[in-house]
Amino acid sequence: MLVIKNLHAEINGKKILKGINLEVKPGEIHAIMGPNGSGKSTLSAVLAGKEDFQVTEGEIYYQGKDLSELSVEERAKEGIFLSFQYPVEIPGVSMINFMKTAVNEQRKYKKLPAMSSGEFLKYMREMKDLVELKSDLANRSVNEGFSGGEKKRNEIFQMAMLKPKLAILDETDSGLDIDALRIVANGVNKLKTPENAVIVITHYQRLLDFIVPDVVHVLYEGRIVKTAGKELAYELEEKGYNWIKEELGE
Amino acid sequence: MDIQQTFEKYIKIFEAHSPQLKAAESELVFETRLKAFEKFKKYGIPDHKDENYKYAGISEICSQDYEFSLDSRNALVDLNAYFQCEVEDMDTHVVLLSNGEYYQNNKPIESLTPGVIVCGLKEAKLKHKDIFEKYYNQYASESDDGFVALNTMLADDGLFIYVPKNTKVNKTIQLVNLTHGFGNKNIFKRNLFIADKNSELSLVICDHTLNNSNNFVIDVTESYAGENANLQYHALQNEPNKSGVINSHFIKLDRYSRVNSHVLSLHGGIIRNNLFTKLAGEFAEANLYGLNLTDREQRIDNFTFIDHLVPNCTSNELYKGILDEQAKGAFAGRIIVRKDAQKTLAYQTNRNLCLTPEAKMRTKPQLEIYADDVKCSHGATVGQLDESAMFYLRQRGINSKEARLMLMFAFANDILLKINIDPLRERVAGLINARLRGEFSDCSHCLMNCHTKN
Ligand SMILES: Nc1ncnc2c1ncn2[C@@H]1O[C@H](COP(=O)(O)OP(=O)(O)O)[C@@H](O)[C@H]1O
Repeated sequence: MLVIKNLHAEINGKKILKGINLEVKPGEIHAIMGPNGSGKSTLSAVLAGKEDFQVTEGEIYYQGKDLSELSVEERAKEGIFLSFQYPVEIPGVSMINFMKTAVNEQRKYKKLPAMSSGEFLKYMREMKDLVELKSDLANRSVNEGFSGGEKKRNEIFQMAMLKPKLAILDETDSGLDIDALRIVANGVNKLKTPENAVIVITHYQRLLDFIVPDVVHVLYEGRIVKTAGKELAYELEEKGYNWIKEELGE
Repeated sequence: MDIQQTFEKYIKIFEAHSPQLKAAESELVFETRLKAFEKFKKYGIPDHKDENYKYAGISEICSQDYEFSLDSRNALVDLNAYFQCEVEDMDTHVVLLSNGEYYQNNKPIESLTPGVIVCGLKEAKLKHKDIFEKYYNQYASESDDGFVALNTMLADDGLFIYVPKNTKVNKTIQLVNLTHGFGNKNIFKRNLFIADKNSELSLVICDHTLNNSNNFVIDVTESYAGENANLQYHALQNEPNKSGVINSHFIKLDRYSRVNSHVLSLHGGIIRNNLFTKLAGEFAEANLYGLNLTDREQRIDNFTFIDHLVPNCTSNELYKGILDEQAKGAFAGRIIVRKDAQKTLAYQTNRNLCLTPEAKMRTKPQLEIYADDVKCSHGATVGQLDESAMFYLRQRGINSKEARLMLMFAFANDILLKINIDPLRERVAGLINARLRGEFSDCSHCLMNCHTKN
């Protein structure tokens, strides 16, 4: 589903990703861990197509397509979803209008007819129930005045609405409490199918108690320096990241 | 033409037309003109050297010549038959002004609340002399603005509305300003709106320009809200690209009165709006909202002056602007809280979005507070669209054009929410949406869904 080959990326001339190789297959859950500043958020932004970053070398293939040719919105419509570490508050844009536009843009892209207001509201209600989103949040402006937990739940709600094939959860650093972790994890697990894939980006192992990864990667200074099964996450939790540095001979 | 020549032209116009003007009105009213003439001679046409008109583009407007006429400017065709101006689902009393003149063939207003007077200003001068003379130019005469003086000396018609005590006008009154005919027109309008004690009046004013000329409009409106009166004023400005508009509105509030002013400048060439608000009776409340959408070479300049004379009054001011392409804008908001005006609440906010590096907005709040027990605040920002919000929307599959529109609309939304008349708000929402999408074609200038019958 996703093949990353020797990916180099930089921002304002600063090299951040320095040769990433990664392959994700349908049905898999991958965790990317690593110390602060190693480039985890950068990787998720590059996958989503954020123009601030320049890919200087390497390729990203998604479902056989070269991603470099697709804009942010095209990637989204192709099924790449980024759950933001810090969801943006957008006063004046209602959740309903936002989601209706997003769902129908995606349908148009897939050459499906737009959903009528009735159909849409019904669908929205179902997804709201699925991720246990409080009703009134859907009637407010996007993320405006939401608590940290509500913002997270809202990300998962949007994920439920858009049914991505590849979901990237950027949870780096986030000071999520245990409830918020559960919200994210429950939603992700409910939405998991053998056809879709998830990349969880996290600094801590905690989240991985709830979302059990098939593969764990360690990102360090812009490179994936170690890849193993879920036990790697526990090892990192125990020993910290210095152990990796030592292994690398630094 | 330049400003000096334009000034001289108006002096000549006044001298040539004063016998005709004098013959049609009382001595008192003509006296007012003469005083305004003296004032105009003294202050002249404000240009960029005038701090208040620095960015208004007056020399650009004055570079052209415009046709002035006192003769009947009424159209030969029946304007009623041509235009049915209506807001969907909104029942209004419609009144037409034709090139600034009260349209002679206005359909009689059906089932107007008894006692309410709606007529041409010219007619009111004679027919409703007492009321007219009691209010006319009372507040406007305090101004030293050359354009206000110019309007006072040359305008002879416009709309007059009087709502007597304890009366609520049953429907919103909708004034449609029609501009038509060949050549560049110079249009002077003078409106006088009076809501007497305990009365209620809601007004919608919109423009409909039918000719393809460059017109120059110089308007003055005075609104008087009597004790405990409620006045809702909505102006939808929609002028063609090459037009010049200088619009001055004077609002005087008596005690316990409430006035909401919504000035929505959706399209124009060069627009200058002056808004003078005087809180002259205790516990009066003025809510002043403005929204301007500009692009291309358009210019918008809002000057507002709020005068807190007495204690316990409130003013809320919120003006927002979106400037695209090479548009230029200015906002100057002056608030004076006089020595006696204790317990004043005065809030002012001006927010602007400049969508391109070429779009320029200047904003200048100016608070002068001479009382000590007051709550005042002001805030002004000029910014760009929020890039992180753009990325967020696009990441959900919304294309950049649509995402931009959503953010622009969201920006305008809180001004929209201040409109209390539901169908009007919905209609204006649609207009703003269309405007932001660039769907305003030249043949659909009317904001209020006028239908041209062929
Ligand atoms: N906009 C930016 N400009 C310059 N440097 C940046 C920018 N964004 C991130 N970086 C740098 O890139 C490196 C990796 O950052 P990031 O991807 O956020 O790491 P992580 O998510 O693993 O903590 C850091 O050294 C950070 O300072």
